[in-house]
Amino acid sequence: MEKSKKEVLVLEDILGSNKRLAASIRQKLRENGILAVNLLSSPGSGKTSLLEKIGLCLKDRYRIGVIEGDIETERDAERIRKIGLHAWQITTHGACHLEAKMIARIFDQIPADLDFLFIENVGNLVCPASFDLGESLRFVLLSVPEGDDKPRKYPEAFITSQGFVITKCDLLPHLPFDVERVIGEAREINPKLEVFKTSALSGEGLEQLCAFLEKKLEELRKQNA
Amino acid sequence: MHELSIVADLFTIIEEKARESGASRVTKVRVLIGELSGVVPELFRTAFHSYKKGTIADRARLEIKITRVKFRCLRCGKEIKTRDISSPDFSYACPFCGSKEVELESGRDLYLEKLELET
Repeated sequence: MEKSKKEVLVLEDILGSNKRLAASIRQKLRENGILAVNLLSSPGSGKTSLLEKIGLCLKDRYRIGVIEGDIETERDAERIRKIGLHAWQITTHGACHLEAKMIARIFDQIPADLDFLFIENVGNLVCPASFDLGESLRFVLLSVPEGDDKPRKYPEAFITSQGFVITKCDLLPHLPFDVERVIGEAREINPKLEVFKTSALSGEGLEQLCAFLEKKLEELRKQNA
Repeated sequence: MHELSIVADLFTIIEEKARESGASRVTKVRVLIGELSGVVPELFRTAFHSYKKGTIADRARLEIKITRVKFRCLRCGKEIKTRDISSPDFSYACPFCGSKEVELESGRDLYLEKLELET
């Protein structure tokens, strides 16, 4: 007997299951008044150092948790615990990005009375941009030594972020990095980006960044009220 | 190389749809990949053909349609259809009024558009 062929129209979002799970994580976090921030950047651009500084700046007034995404090792979570914050390490054993299901697996360990939950993604400026983790804010980081030509080379990371943090700005006098060019290019791709020029070493820009985070937390809680 | 994770999610949908339709085999899979989805079509194809082994779609052909990026100008409100975002003369500025305030409207999507099934 001849087999019959038929075509069926599906039109289903391939990342739909990740998006649905992320939406439910976002809703639970928001109900508990927790501001979740997903940090994206290449390896070595200073995500952990920035988080240490943000942690020190905010920990006396807020409860902070950090999810650390890495391919291997507990190193980053250990650094964060040293400054007295909650930290959970997700090791992906090869995967180049975090997905919502990885956050869901450890979700029960996250205390409901947190104020901020930072998620440090796997160091990679490409793949993590495609996966919603349930965050309320996404920050893309770019360090001065990486060069000022990156936004157009990695547009998705810039398009999907609300904040753009330039790190290691203490190196600006030593390197040919045009800050205005990089900000202009990033804002061409995404005109709504909030930009922060920071240095974890000198402390430059951290006050503004923390004030922005506090403002966003307040806004989230006003929406809940 | 996150294409393999995405292909794994694609196969979850393929197997579910094939089951619902009572199919014995999936012979063609057509996907829509947004130019700004972050997915590389060639890597997607490689991932698809290595993942399909032993599944209901083990002999399926893969068709990929790239969907272009669309922006909306925040100043003049016009829709901007792009050509090739990776070409060197591509500009994010609005071609109608020159404004640099443009917002992405589509082009990040990844869709399973249709399946061809044998019943």
